Amino acid sequence: MREWAEFTSEAGKDGGVKIALTGPLTVASIGVIDRQLRSIPDKVTTVDLSGIAEIDTVGAWTAWRVARDNGAEIVGADEKATRLIDAVKISEGDAAIREAREPLLRRVPEAVGAGIVTFGQGIRGIVGFLGAIVVALGSLIRHPTRFRTKAFVRQVELVGVSALGIIGLMSFLIGIVIAQQGAVQLEQFGASIYTINLTGRLSMRELGPLMTAIMVAGRSGSAFAAQLGTMKLTEEIDAMRTIGVSPMEALVVPRILAAFFMMLLLGFYASIMAIVGGAFLANFALDIPFFTFLTRIQEVVPISDLWVGLVKAPVFGLIIALAGCYQGMQVEGNAEEVGKRTTQAVVQAIFMVIVLDAFFAVFFTKVGWG
Amino acid sequence: MSDDAEQIRDVVQDEALDEIPPAFTGEHPIVIRGLRNCFGDQVIHDGLDLEVNRGEIIGVVGGSGTGKSVLMRSIIGLQIPSEGSIEVLGRSITDAQDDDDIDIRSRWGVLFQGGALFSTLTVAENVEVPLKEFYPEITDALRHEIARFKVLLSGLPEEATGKFPSELSGGMRKRAGLARALALDPELLFLDEPTAGLDPIGAAAFDSLTRELQETLGLTVFLITHDLDTLYEICDRVAVLADKKVIAVGTIPELLALDHPWIQEYFNGPRGRGAQGAQDRSKAMDNQRAGKA
Repeated sequence: MREWAEFTSEAGKDGGVKIALTGPLTVASIGVIDRQLRSIPDKVTTVDLSGIAEIDTVGAWTAWRVARDNGAEIVGADEKATRLIDAVKISEGDAAIREAREPLLRRVPEAVGAGIVTFGQGIRGIVGFLGAIVVALGSLIRHPTRFRTKAFVRQVELVGVSALGIIGLMSFLIGIVIAQQGAVQLEQFGASIYTINLTGRLSMRELGPLMTAIMVAGRSGSAFAAQLGTMKLTEEIDAMRTIGVSPMEALVVPRILAAFFMMLLLGFYASIMAIVGGAFLANFALDIPFFTFLTRIQEVVPISDLWVGLVKAPVFGLIIALAGCYQGMQVEGNAEEVGKRTTQAVVQAIFMVIVLDAFFAVFFTKVGWG
Repeated sequence: MSDDAEQIRDVVQDEALDEIPPAFTGEHPIVIRGLRNCFGDQVIHDGLDLEVNRGEIIGVVGGSGTGKSVLMRSIIGLQIPSEGSIEVLGRSITDAQDDDDIDIRSRWGVLFQGGALFSTLTVAENVEVPLKEFYPEITDALRHEIARFKVLLSGLPEEATGKFPSELSGGMRKRAGLARALALDPELLFLDEPTAGLDPIGAAAFDSLTRELQETLGLTVFLITHDLDTLYEICDRVAVLADKKVIAVGTIPELLALDHPWIQEYFNGPRGRGAQGAQDRSKAMDNQRAGKA
């Protein structure tokens, strides 16, 4: 049970009341008396502090506030109470704890407008960023010794090598799913052998690069944004600039190149793993032997499907790294921003990858690689 | 008492935490015995003993890497020592099994080196966090008022209440951190390098603020510093950390009487002499003024 400060009131001069506070008057015991004093109906003329056992700044503030609001005088304050009251009574105003929010009717259109403007600026920014990367690449070609081989290899490891396990497993399972679902449908026409065409073409053209891109965006795009964002917050990037190291060359270019080349390899690897998954299922569920499946793949999948996949994958990689690095470099202010930008990097990357994939689908059909 | 008052009391009792730790009445708010801290093979503290007296400002000095911050983190329960015992305000920190066992957190305030303000909250909201946590029964109105006068008490202008930490300068952030540390009227205040990174005027103002608050609120202050001026101006005693333990505790004249090479170099180096001279001069000026008056 907690001990609470209390007060007694008696009629004082001029029809007001005189209140006498008792008990400890501290932050731990102020809860009750504060609410009572705020709802006291009579005018207080005197605040008597002689009965209190203990006082801290919160107690002193409460006594002083009551006295101030009622124009009352404080009596019986001992030396400590007087000193504390003197210390706290510098606060008079009612400065805002947090700036008030605008009314809803204004806030919503404002947010929509700001969103559109930000979107436009974002596009401009990302195009500008792409330009800066091209410039950095150009200067690296002229001065190849400045290329950060170590950083590049490190990123290759992070983006590519360490993703092999998860992407392999994912693609293998997806291959199984395509083969299984395809077989169920095609069996109705007695054409279950076409499962091989379906699995082979779909994984080479679409699912290999696309699923890999989504996985890499989640693994590496987010990592790029978070790493660069944190470095921005801790002023590491500013420090780099002052030393004369271009953050573009040291941080961004290795990441972009690593994502570009690794997506090329990972996309192909994912396609192969999906075909292996399909062959695995066909072997056990469709009575098509494993190696027959693979031999058929050679016959039914045109070589152009391989080129389609190999063209798409590195472009996806470029977009993922671009979104990740751009968002990371935009971080300013606080830790919350890092999280926000990381989310944006992943969402933008996946969205852009899918939009571009749709364009690619139409494009490759038109050029006769359908 | 009227029904009305009875009702208020019930509401408050409902909202409030059931128990709060009783006030500390002993002589030594911090008692450390045989403390040993190590990270892997690296031993930071070994057999460290320290007693802090009630109501004093104790300064902790030591070279870089002697574990001043680690010592503070051990005392406030952020770092679990390998050996030894630490008692703070009569409670053992080292025997605590989990965070709930350290129920004296409402009795101390900590100012971290960079202020460590919550970046998504305004200054006033930062100050309100401990109040909400430990005293949920306090009304919003009073809590806002408390936040405002604490902000002023720590030497910030009142407009600073609604600002976010990212809008403040380094010195202002430290003051805001101090306001949060003082939110609950603690008995014990931990300051980690409060004047580091401040300009001399700001540092001197922070020193006198610390002293003033300590006198007004009757605080015990555990102060880690590199600032010789701070040591001379406001510390009652100084604890010297070297060779993995506290090699000496005492007033500066007492320490100077010791024949330890590090202490001699620390206080009698060019900077140490400068700070000493500055203090003598300011005392002389005070005397002069007092004489004239």
